[in-house]
Amino acid sequence: MEFVLLTVAYLVASVLFILSLRGLSSQESAGGGNMLGVLGMVIAVVATITASAINAYVPLIAALVVGGGIGAFMAARVAMTAMPELVALLHSFVGVAAVLVGYSTYMAPPGGHAGSGIFQGEIFLDVFIGAITLTGSVIAFLKLKGKMSGTPLLLPGRHFLNLGLVVGSIVLGALFVTSDGTGGMHWLLIMTVLACLLGAHLVMAIGGADMPVVVSMLNSYSGWTASAAGFMLQNDLLIVTGALVGSSGAILSYIMCKAMNRSIWNVIFGGFGAAPPPRPAGEEAQLPEGEVQETDVATLMAELDGAKEVIIVPGYGMAVARAQHVVHTLCGQLTAAGTNVRFGIHPVAGRLPGHMNVLLAEANVSYDIVLEMEEINEDFESTDVVLVIGANDIVNPGALTDPHSPIYGMPVLEAWHAKRVVVFKRSRRVGYAGVDNPLFYKENTRMLFGDAKDSVEKMVAALK
Amino acid sequence: MRIGIPKESAAGERRVAGTPETVAKLVKLGFAVSVEREAGALASFPNDAYASIGAEVVDGDAAWSADLVLKVCPPTPAEVERLTEGAHLMSFLWPAQNAALLDSLAARKITALAMDCVPRISRAQKLDALSSMANISGYRAIIEAANVFGSFFTGQFTAAGKVPPAKVLVIGAGVAGLAAIGAAKGLGAQVRAFDTRAAVKEQVESMGATFLEVDFEEDGDGKGGYAKVMSPAFIKAEMDLFYEQAAEVDIVVTTALIPGRPAPKLWEARAVERMKPGSVVVDMAASQGGNCELTVPNEAVVKHGVTLIGYTDLASRLATTASHLYGNNLVHLIKDMGGSPDGYKVDLEDVVVRGTLVLQDGALMWPPPAIEPSPKPVAAAPKAAPVVSTPKAKSKAKAKTPATVEAPAKKSPWGSIIGLGLVALWLVLRFWKGDTAPDVSTAAFVQHLTVFVLACFIGWQVVWSVTAALHTPLMSVTNAISGIIIVGGMLQARGDSGSLAVILGCVAVLFATINIAGGFLVTHRMLKMFRK
Repeated sequence: MEFVLLTVAYLVASVLFILSLRGLSSQESAGGGNMLGVLGMVIAVVATITASAINAYVPLIAALVVGGGIGAFMAARVAMTAMPELVALLHSFVGVAAVLVGYSTYMAPPGGHAGSGIFQGEIFLDVFIGAITLTGSVIAFLKLKGKMSGTPLLLPGRHFLNLGLVVGSIVLGALFVTSDGTGGMHWLLIMTVLACLLGAHLVMAIGGADMPVVVSMLNSYSGWTASAAGFMLQNDLLIVTGALVGSSGAILSYIMCKAMNRSIWNVIFGGFGAAPPPRPAGEEAQLPEGEVQETDVATLMAELDGAKEVIIVPGYGMAVARAQHVVHTLCGQLTAAGTNVRFGIHPVAGRLPGHMNVLLAEANVSYDIVLEMEEINEDFESTDVVLVIGANDIVNPGALTDPHSPIYGMPVLEAWHAKRVVVFKRSRRVGYAGVDNPLFYKENTRMLFGDAKDSVEKMVAALK
Repeated sequence: MRIGIPKESAAGERRVAGTPETVAKLVKLGFAVSVEREAGALASFPNDAYASIGAEVVDGDAAWSADLVLKVCPPTPAEVERLTEGAHLMSFLWPAQNAALLDSLAARKITALAMDCVPRISRAQKLDALSSMANISGYRAIIEAANVFGSFFTGQFTAAGKVPPAKVLVIGAGVAGLAAIGAAKGLGAQVRAFDTRAAVKEQVESMGATFLEVDFEEDGDGKGGYAKVMSPAFIKAEMDLFYEQAAEVDIVVTTALIPGRPAPKLWEARAVERMKPGSVVVDMAASQGGNCELTVPNEAVVKHGVTLIGYTDLASRLATTASHLYGNNLVHLIKDMGGSPDGYKVDLEDVVVRGTLVLQDGALMWPPPAIEPSPKPVAAAPKAAPVVSTPKAKSKAKAKTPATVEAPAKKSPWGSIIGLGLVALWLVLRFWKGDTAPDVSTAAFVQHLTVFVLACFIGWQVVWSVTAALHTPLMSVTNAISGIIIVGGMLQARGDSGSLAVILGCVAVLFATINIAGGFLVTHRMLKMFRK
C-alpha cells in the first residue's frame, strides 16, 4: 500500500513539474507555473519523508532546514546581474548531491538488487555525470564571477587529454562493475577524480563569450545526473524530472548555439580560432573604412528630441554598469515625450539565456516593448536613433558581410540600418569575441565613450 | 495558328488588345497575327506600325475569323457570330455578370479565357490584367480630379499669396487605391487613406500617406486579398469617420469593391453636402453602382457644388499605356500556354490557365476549383511595387532578405543521437545477456528506460514552447526541480544515524535543498518583476 501511495505521489509530482515548465510559455502564466513546481516538490518531499523505511530523522530534518535557509538567503540576496553566477553555482550543488547519493547508495544499497552489474553501472554513471557537472559548474561560476580569466585555456593536445580521461573512466568503470560487494570503492574514487578533472578542463577551454552555452549545457548535465540517479534508485520521479531538466538544458544550448552560428561540438571542444577560413595571402585584414566619430550627451539629446522611433540594444555592458534602472527612467521620459521606445534583445546578449529580459524586468520595463531579434530586426530601417548600451558583437555588421570574421554567419541586430546609431562604450576595446566592429566606423554611427550608467544618467538629468 | 486582333466596338473604348510592340513579340514567337484596320488608331497606334513589324493589317472579318482572337471588352452578340466555330478567345468576360454571353459563346464551341479571372497568385502577376488596369485607373482618377479641381495639388507660397496643399482621401488601398495615392503624392497633395484591411497599413504608409483608422477592432481581410463585408457596428464607425473627413478633404477617390456584390455605399449624400464647394469625388466603383450615393455612372455631375466623377472607362482614357500593359498581359498568358503555334495548349493542370479558363470547346469550366492565394506579403507587396516603387519600399524589401535566425526548427541532432543510443543499447542488451533469461534488474532497467525516453520527449515538447524572454527563469526553475535528487538522499536516511551512508545521504539532502529553495525563490523573485 505504501508503495502505491508513494508511486501516486511521485506521479502527481512529475505531472506538476511538466505543468510548471509549461507555465513558462508566457509571462502571464509563469508565476503560476513556478507555484506548481513548488507544489510538486513539496508533495515529493513529504511523500518520501513519510516512507516507513526512513528513520534517521534528526540529520535529515537538520539538512532540510539548514539547506532551505541557505537557499532562501542566497535567492533573496542575489543581484539580478549576478544571476549567471548563481545559476552556475546551483548546478554544481546538483552535481555534489548526485555524487554523494551515488556513494551512499553504493555503501548501503536499497534492498533487492545489490551487486547486479546494471546497478553498479548506474551508480558509476550517476557519479561520473555528477562529478563532471560539479567541477564544470564550479569553473563556470568562477569564470562568471571574474575570479578566473574568461580566456579559454587551450592546453596542447587537449582533445587527447579529454579522450584519455574518458577512456580511463570507462576502464575504471569496467573494473568497478565487475568487482563484488563494496570492493570496487577505490575504482569509484579514482574515477571520480578523473571525472572532476574532465569537467573542469572542458569548461576551462571555453571562452567567456560562450558562457551562455556552457551554463545551458551544465543545466542539461544536472538533469541527466538526476536521471542517472533515478535509474540507480529505480525511481521514476527522478528519471522523469531529470529528463525534463536535461531536455530543457539541451534545447537552450541548441538555441544559444544557433544564435551564435556555432556548432555545439565547436563550443564544447573548441574555443574560437578553428572556425573562420584563413585570409588569402596578401589580403590584409581590411580595416573598416571611415573614422570613429565621437559625440557628446548634448548632441545626442538634440537628436533624440526629434526622434519618433528609438530602439535600445542592451548588452552585457549594461549589466556590468548596472544601468538598467536608469535606462528605464530614460525610456519613460522619452515615451512621455511622445517617442516610441523599444528594446531589441539578441538571444546571446548577457551571460545567460534571457539574461537581458530579466534585468529589464527588474527595472520595471514593460515586457511588451522588449522584443526579440527576429521581431525587431526589420524595424531598424524606420528607426531614428538606436542606442547601443554595452553591446558589441551582437551588433557587428561584419557577422553578415565579412566571411573572414570569426563571428561570420552569426545573426546580429542590424542596428546600422537606422538613421543614427549611438554606441555607449567604456573604451575602444574589442568585444568578447575579440573582433573589431565595423559598426563603429560607419558614417551614421557616433560613439559615446564613458561609463554607460554615467552617460545615461546625464541624459536623464538633461531631460528633467 | 493565326491570332486576330479586331477593333474594339464598345462606345468610348479606346484600347486595343495588342500594340505594335506586343504584337511583335507574338510574331517573334511564330504566330501569324492579323490586326483589323484602325484597331489601334484611338490608342495612337497607326496601321503602318503594325504592318512594319510583320503583322497583317486586315478587314474585320479576317481578324474575327482567326484561330485565337484577342480582345479587351467582352464581344457583343453580333461579334460572337463572327467567331469561327471552335476558335479561342482571350478577353475581359466577367463571367459572373454575363451568363447570356457565355451561352452564345458555348453554342459556337468557343474556348474562352477571361482576363478578369486570372488567379491572384504570385506567379500569375505578370498576366494579372485587373491589376495592371487598376493601376492605370488609380492614376487616371487623380488626373481627372486634378482636371476639374480649382487649385494646385501642391501647396505654394508665392509673392501673390499662399496656396494650401490639396487634401486627398483615398478609400480602399488596393492596387487602384495605392496608384491613386502615388499619383496624388507625386502632385504634392497631402494624402490620407482608409482601408478595412489592417494589413495594408504598412503599404499605405510606405507610399507616404497617412493611414486613417476607426476606433474599432475588426479585420476586413477576406479571401484572395480582397476585402470582405464588415459588421454593421464597424460600418457605422466607418461612416462617422468619413463624415468627419468630408469637411476637411478636397478630393475623395473611392475604390471599394467587394467581389460579387454591388459596391458598398461609403460616401453618403450627407458627406457630399458637407464637402467644400469645388471639391471632387472620383468614384472608381461606378460600374458596380458606385461607392458614393450620388454618383452617376459614366458621367461627371455637379451636386451641392461638388463634382462627382463616375467614369467607368478610366483605364481606357490612358489608352496607349493601357493597351501596352494589357497587350503584355496577353503575351504572358500565351507564353504560359506554350508560347508557340505548335506548343499552344490549354493545360488544365496549370492553375493559372485553369483559373482563367471559362469555356473549353463550348463546355462551361467556370468557376474553377478553389486555389489558395499566396501568403499576403508575397501577393500584396509586388503588386504594389509597379504602382510607385519608392526607393524606401524597395530597400525595405531587400532588408528582409538577410538571414535572420530561423524559427527554432524542431529538428536537431538530438533526435538522431537518442535514436542511435537506443539502437546501441538494444544491441548491448541483446548480446551481453545473450541466451540467459533477463534477470529482474535488466527488466526493471528497460522499464525505467521507457519512462526516461518518454520524459525526454515530453521535456522536448514542453520546453520549446517557453518564450525566449523567460529563458533565465526557465534555467532557475529547472535548477530547482533538478533538486529532486533530494529524494535520493532522503531514501538513504535509514538505519544508523551515524553511518557514513546516512551522513553522505544527508549532506546530499542539504545541497539539494539549497538548490530547491534557492531555485524556486529566485524564480519567484524574477517572475514577479515581469510586468506589462
